[in-house]
Amino acid sequence: MDESRPIFLQIAERIENDILGGALAEEGQVPSTNEFASFYRINPATAGKGVNLLVDDGILYKKRGIGMFVSEGSRERLVAKRREQFSQEFVRPLLAEAVKLGISPAQLITMIQKEGS
Amino acid sequence: MNTVIEVAGLSKRFGGFTAIDDVSIAIEENSITGLLGRNGAGKTTMMQLLTGQEFRSSGSIRVFGEDPVENSGVLARTCFVKESQKYPDDYKPVHVFRSAPWFFPNWDAGFAERLVADFRLPLTRRIKKLSRGQLSAIGVIVGLASRAPLTFFDEPYLGLDAVARQTFYDRLLEDYAEHPRTVVLSTHLIDEVSDLLEHVVVIDEGRIVIDGSAEELRDSASTVAGARTAVDAFVAGRRVLHREELGGLASVTVGRLDAADRKAASAAGLELAGVSLQQLVIRTTTTDTSEGRRSA
Repeated sequence: MDESRPIFLQIAERIENDILGGALAEEGQVPSTNEFASFYRINPATAGKGVNLLVDDGILYKKRGIGMFVSEGSRERLVAKRREQFSQEFVRPLLAEAVKLGISPAQLITMIQKEGS
Repeated sequence: MNTVIEVAGLSKRFGGFTAIDDVSIAIEENSITGLLGRNGAGKTTMMQLLTGQEFRSSGSIRVFGEDPVENSGVLARTCFVKESQKYPDDYKPVHVFRSAPWFFPNWDAGFAERLVADFRLPLTRRIKKLSRGQLSAIGVIVGLASRAPLTFFDEPYLGLDAVARQTFYDRLLEDYAEHPRTVVLSTHLIDEVSDLLEHVVVIDEGRIVIDGSAEELRDSASTVAGARTAVDAFVAGRRVLHREELGGLASVTVGRLDAADRKAASAAGLELAGVSLQQLVIRTTTTDTSEGRRSA
């Protein structure tokens, strides 16, 4: 776990990543709070907080007495949300580092095209 | 949530030495609390007071709403795993586990058996002949299998190897999830347990110096590093917990930073890093007597 951010946010993010990556399918059941707690070796209350965050966002939903499931359409919504964050989290740090190293935007584009091909 | 332990203005003096100094804390039901601090800080004395094994000098203690001293109703619901538990001379581990149900009504013999296998504890060897780690394993097994509504672990794993400690954390979490209860754990291995804790109490020289939720404490401090002039400009007016310098560079630990602070720091080219619970405890319980920074 990363020290600088609350664990429950990190748990929520990992579940989101599993949905984005397809490891957790839409309408599929997700592990219980206690299973998350023992897997990540964290306090069950913290794991519960992370899961509830996704329930509040409508990414997961509860079936009473059965467990927690991935909502339909959640993958698409997560993609949209992550795209919004992409610029801030990846493009800006990339540009800042490029400026430090004297790499021009044109050179950066060439580098990206080369890596992507 | 219900409060299981409520302590107000508690002090314990041994002659002229004050071991516990005007302590007030509350511990919620079904939570895992870390009682952290340096050697001699008062952790064990605190646990002895809460389990009625020491008499307080002043203040009040309420455990399950009652005074724990000589109170069988409270003590039957409490398990205290001591750092150096003494056993009768000819005792073997099997005797400990056979007598445990006399004291702990929730004792789960099957769970104890699985733990014995997990820790590879020789059941029929005399306790006197066991290694320090095996002795600790007995305490850990008693603490877990007793399923007492209130369980104290005082430095439960002296001599336990890394595998056995991990086993302890895993079994504690699993069983706590299945059978919620109130756990108070004192330890020096803060990094190892920090993710298990919900509530953190740090005691230093008999006083409480930190009392809060583990989640809040995680982002209660940050380290700002970069060019000294930029760091100095950024930390001006903030409470500085710690400072290190190397040539023209500085690394300074300050209190909580909000989103705007973080943005300002990265705009100034500074690097931000979180401070682990262990680092935070070290920062708050170190007496700094190094040259030129003698603390009062």
